[in-house]
Amino acid sequence: MSADSKSLNRLAGNLLLSLTTFVIFIIGWEAAVRGLGISKIVLPPPSAVAIALWESLWQGELHWHLAVTIYEILAGFFVGSIGGLVLGFVIALSPPIERIFYPYVVAFQTIPKVAIAPIIVIWFGYGVASKVVITATIAFFPLLANTIIGLRSAPQDQMEMLVSYTASRWQVFRMVRLLQALPYIFVGLDVAIVLSVIGAIVGEFVGAKAGLGYLILQKNFNFDMAGTFAILIILSLIGVGLHWLIGIAQRRIVFWMDMAGERVIGA
Amino acid sequence: MNVVTQFVPASLRRPPSGVADSSAHTDYLVRIVGLEKIYRTKDGNDIHALQNINLDIQPAEFISIVGPSGCGKTTLLKILAGILKRSAGEVTMLGRSLSGPSRELGVVFQAPVLLPWRTVLQNVMVPVEVQKRDRAEFEARARKLIEKVGLSGFENKYPSELSGGMQQRVGICRALVHDPSFLLMDEPFGALDAMTRESMNEELQRIWSESRKTILLVTHSISEAVYLADRVVVMTPRPGRIVDIIPVDLPRPRHLGIQTTPEFGRFVADIRHHFTSAGTVTV
Repeated sequence: MSADSKSLNRLAGNLLLSLTTFVIFIIGWEAAVRGLGISKIVLPPPSAVAIALWESLWQGELHWHLAVTIYEILAGFFVGSIGGLVLGFVIALSPPIERIFYPYVVAFQTIPKVAIAPIIVIWFGYGVASKVVITATIAFFPLLANTIIGLRSAPQDQMEMLVSYTASRWQVFRMVRLLQALPYIFVGLDVAIVLSVIGAIVGEFVGAKAGLGYLILQKNFNFDMAGTFAILIILSLIGVGLHWLIGIAQRRIVFWMDMAGERVIGA
Repeated sequence: MNVVTQFVPASLRRPPSGVADSSAHTDYLVRIVGLEKIYRTKDGNDIHALQNINLDIQPAEFISIVGPSGCGKTTLLKILAGILKRSAGEVTMLGRSLSGPSRELGVVFQAPVLLPWRTVLQNVMVPVEVQKRDRAEFEARARKLIEKVGLSGFENKYPSELSGGMQQRVGICRALVHDPSFLLMDEPFGALDAMTRESMNEELQRIWSESRKTILLVTHSISEAVYLADRVVVMTPRPGRIVDIIPVDLPRPRHLGIQTTPEFGRFVADIRHHFTSAGTVTV
């Protein structure tokens, strides 16, 4: 009970500290812009960003672009991570396939996705499809790598235990290997969801008719720096929110990882 | 009272197991003849983990295998559990040549090896699930076993909420839940403190005498081996082989106090002799 309230106190203290830091930072920024007379098209004061954010929130235009980008992020994330998961399972379960395909997968991964984004836009057009494809290629690899490592992380003694009770290969997979892989898969999902936000925006920068990335470019052309900043804030909120959702799912599904006990002092 | 078979090699005391008597197949549950296990290391050297192991195990017998680390006792147990291949020799279990894990087997490992995402009851039910036995029937049995080892009220707790001794007791319940006729135990109490260990020994003796299961216990504690066993198999390392098989004819049920009697001490001394004379570790 007391340990609980203590950690709650510490949490509240941390929150207070980071909020204070934030407020001081904002005040300093505002003061610097006003005091030094920095042009609004170079660095907008926080007050202008806040006004731009507030105004755009009530415009139908933002809602449409927001919906397009979120759709691209989620669709790309699902396609890419499911692809990574499936190929990860196939590779982890059959070493010959790994020897044949994995070098190519790694080679493909080393190509910067920004570099192939223009090609994908040419192939899949200026619409939503090309953004989904770019996002999927980025979300794919974290899932692939983590699924393979996760499926190989099952402790020898747990598998021996099951086999000694006459478990089949499929039972060992279902009762141990799959569950041991879950924590790794969630790390992969967490990385992939954050990268998916980047993937969608990169795709929109290369060529798009809608989306928050497209909106940023438009506002940049119009020297609307405060508006650009407002969209950056929305983007980071999307990223934080999605990361938070993955975290909730992780704590629900891989519940035993949080039960390992008290933290080791000094570790 | 006690016929202490002093320093007589096993081969002289018992008929050589290599000569299989076809009429005697009902006498034993397990017959091991000329068993060998050779490991190949990465630098190409061979390690003789087990050399010419011969042993018959009678039904309802309690056998302890004692020996220092590296004598191959865990290797022998894993071969009997069907999770390790033998290099040579023949193992017959329940009248059939051993070729893999058996449903008639319960195994207790050095570490409890519980699955962290399963509750105590779900962990105990693992063999029932794996072997697709009747869930309702065996769940009642599982609950009874959990109660027997003093874990009532912990059925729905997770392993991380249990102490090491409690986890090991869950492991023992799991090995017994499907009512196997043969129980293999690999240093099951090695990680426990002395007091918990003694009470677990008493508990194991009770389980054995009530269920009349055949038990093979691997241990590095000589007194634990003598206290529990009908026969103590003494092994020495490099290469791992049986140097003696000592029948322990102390009366049952054995109270923990028996460990301070001179008869008990003689058995212990008899076994320890093998390790000191062989120049290996004194256990």
